[in-house]
Amino acid sequence: MIRVLLPAHLRTLARVTGEVQVDVVGLPTLLSVLDALEVRYPMLRGTIRDQVTQQRRPFVRFFACQEDFSHEPPETPLPGDVVKGAEPLLIVGAIAGG
Amino acid sequence: MSGVRVLVGTRKGAFVLTSDAKREKWEVNGPHFAGWEMYHIKGSPADPNRLYASQSSGWFGQLIQRSNDGGKTWEPVGNKFAYDGVPGTHQWYDGTAHPWEFKRVWHLEPSLNDPDTVYAGVEDAALFRSTDGGQNWQELSGLRGHGSGPRWQPGAGGMCLHSIILDPKNRERMFIAISAAGAFRSDDAGKTWQPINRGLHSQYIPDPNAEVGHCVHHIAMHGSRPNVLFMQKHWDVMRTDDAGDSWKEISGNLPTDFGFVIDIHAHEPETIYVVPIKSDSEHFPLDGKLRVYRSRSGGNEWEELAKGLPQRDCYVNVLRDAMAVDTLDSCGVYFGTTGGQVYASSNAGDSWTPIVRDLPAVLSVEVQTLP
Repeated sequence: MIRVLLPAHLRTLARVTGEVQVDVVGLPTLLSVLDALEVRYPMLRGTIRDQVTQQRRPFVRFFACQEDFSHEPPETPLPGDVVKGAEPLLIVGAIAGG
Repeated sequence: MSGVRVLVGTRKGAFVLTSDAKREKWEVNGPHFAGWEMYHIKGSPADPNRLYASQSSGWFGQLIQRSNDGGKTWEPVGNKFAYDGVPGTHQWYDGTAHPWEFKRVWHLEPSLNDPDTVYAGVEDAALFRSTDGGQNWQELSGLRGHGSGPRWQPGAGGMCLHSIILDPKNRERMFIAISAAGAFRSDDAGKTWQPINRGLHSQYIPDPNAEVGHCVHHIAMHGSRPNVLFMQKHWDVMRTDDAGDSWKEISGNLPTDFGFVIDIHAHEPETIYVVPIKSDSEHFPLDGKLRVYRSRSGGNEWEELAKGLPQRDCYVNVLRDAMAVDTLDSCGVYFGTTGGQVYASSNAGDSWTPIVRDLPAVLSVEVQTLP
């Protein structure tokens, strides 16, 4: 079970409060977690990564265990503490605009 | 008892304003989708409780929301807008080639007959259609494929397809407008398109009379006369009486013919409304006075409508989709400003009252007249 913390606007869109949890088959990676997240919450499709290119939206960041995974390849394994459920994957809206 | 429902899109959410037919007391409901840019909300003529809304943000992209109960509740539907084939390039601001990139939906136009069919005008300019209530979207790529796409260029707000008009007397005919490409017409339900810009004159492009490249801000049609269109261009107010085959200027005695909105009285097809804006570099009313101008002669002769509107220190703008009319016996006219006011007139513009004064900047205003 992978814990994911969504930004406020996406929590509202997904109609959840606090963290969400998703199950991933195999080694959890950014790609597999995002895939599982979009299956569990289809309204999030297109909001974190572009639906056509599958690229991360420019103003969205991925943090975990005090590390920035935003620019890592999608197949990058997530840290052990995220895999164990000790830490969440943070999906963050960049600080920009008003 | 009949009434009206005003659908307001703002920079930070959507609002639904309702009143009975007197249009004196208003209930304000919202914000829906708080914090998101709501470029446009529009109801289906075939089912007034079916609404579509364009929700977007610079962070999280484009969403489409649908309501089946007149805006009380909403559900997200499909938001995959994939251009048909290789999108190619259009002109960038400096004339260089720039790849086509989807950014957002500016305008949603529900079918006149089918609540599940809706058109979307998007940036970078293209036209999409859904026939399943917004779940899936297909590009009507004959528009971009018509051949002039590489010569289209963005206006200051982006290269947006902002106006979609469906001909109520001819299901095969539709009109769209793009800033800055111009107006286009299809006579085969969107399969193929032709530019309809003859008579437009724009000094900000190399050939002022070019086939495409004109910064059309908005077009409007009265359903009783689908061959007559009115246009607020970047500069110039125009009309056509032959479905766009030729245009003539009707700016007449307007104090400035720059502006964004244009609309038509519900029962008088020769009565039209604009909000003159000072210039393309100063997007606010002349002299700090907010005034609507009305022509009862289809253009050229215009009268100032200022009663109830601020006549000093007013420096707001009225954006292209931010004016609408109701169809009650005494035609109501509505418009929203970038200062967050939504003004209503229940007497065809003779006098105005603010429904709300302090919303976020208003991007769009649509009106439903309810039975």
